[in-house]
Amino acid sequence: MFDGLGFQAKSGDFVSLTGKNGSGKSTFLRVLAGFIPASEGAMGFSVDGESATGVARDSFLMVGHMNGLKPAFSLRQNLQLFSRLMTGRHIDDDSLLEAACTFGLAALLDESVQYFSSGQRHRSALTRFCLVPRQIWLMDEPTVGLDAENRQALAGLIQRHIACGGIVIAATHDPMGVSGQTLNMDVFRPTGNPSVDEDWL
Amino acid sequence: MSSMQTVSHGSVFFSLVNRDIKLAWSQGGGSLLAIGFFFIAVSLFPFGIGPEPQVLARIAPGVIWVVALLSSVVSLDRLYQADYEDGSLDDLALSPLGMLGVATAKVLAHWFSTTLPLALAAPALGILLNLPDNAYGPLVASLLIGTPALSLIGSVGAALTVAVRRGGVLMFLLILPLYVPTLIFGVGAVDAAVTMTDPLPHLALLGATTLIAFVVGLFASVAALNLAME
Repeated sequence: MFDGLGFQAKSGDFVSLTGKNGSGKSTFLRVLAGFIPASEGAMGFSVDGESATGVARDSFLMVGHMNGLKPAFSLRQNLQLFSRLMTGRHIDDDSLLEAACTFGLAALLDESVQYFSSGQRHRSALTRFCLVPRQIWLMDEPTVGLDAENRQALAGLIQRHIACGGIVIAATHDPMGVSGQTLNMDVFRPTGNPSVDEDWL
Repeated sequence: MSSMQTVSHGSVFFSLVNRDIKLAWSQGGGSLLAIGFFFIAVSLFPFGIGPEPQVLARIAPGVIWVVALLSSVVSLDRLYQADYEDGSLDDLALSPLGMLGVATAKVLAHWFSTTLPLALAAPALGILLNLPDNAYGPLVASLLIGTPALSLIGSVGAALTVAVRRGGVLMFLLILPLYVPTLIFGVGAVDAAVTMTDPLPHLALLGATTLIAFVVGLFASVAALNLAME
């Protein structure tokens, strides 16, 4: 799928993946999250200059095309459940309200998710980044369906996260309003001799 | 911002079990459908075969067990597919439990919400089919021992067909042959009680099938799920 792809992301980095439809942005995010095993190449982590193993899955948080919400539950129940499943702890109402305010969903907390519009569902899915503290955020098309105000909220959220030492990797067609490195996936199309090199600190 | 926090796996595990039980009993969940199917399909037999008490008593153990197998498969096609379709399976894969823990929690929830109620509802259907008095104990005991195997084996089929649209019929074909040992020993235990012999050897063998399903089923489900998520 990819040839000669290699990059490093350090704590506090924002990486945006660009490229045509079908260039493999989403696939690459799923490789990073460990859903798809890389056929060749390596991915490594290091903490304070020493290579670390076993941090992989517990450091990632991903929001993809599907939003992972249960229509039978209210937004509050969905968010509480997500927090419980990811951290094992119950989230108190104040933090929940604060998280919901990020994307202007406070008024919808007790509404059933089945009545949400697709934009509201997407914002609800993004709200999970405010709930669970994990270092590496993987975002697949996070700006789709967001209005200008919420795009700004998203940019602010990402900026706060990388300021705290997080890493954000986002596949996107739109400018995100956050400065960082850009990987154009079109460049890494295989050209005969396949060799994948994901060198990631 | 630390990713290495201590996480209570037990709490995560039981909130997942709790979530799945709630979803199974909520609108669109499969438990009520499976139990309704169980009642209706069994009560069709007296209409089809005729009301002779001896004939019904003779076929009662087999009918109840066979329909219990079918009802469990009816509910299984949403076991992983609902989570796969709305993206929450991706979330669960990144949860601290890992896929094995996720599959274990989901199978436990399915057993508790769907196949266990089948075992508890079986005596009512026994009355309908004129089951002999001394067979009720072995019927419930055999279903209690055998139903975990239904959920465990079914989980493999559900995981294999998770990415298949309308995979329900395919799942019937995959799973039902694997249910045969459970069916044989389960019905054997009830028949032994009806014919006044000892049902214990049958129950022991039924327990053995459940234990094998426990060992094989969870790992096979995880392998199938990992494959589906690529």
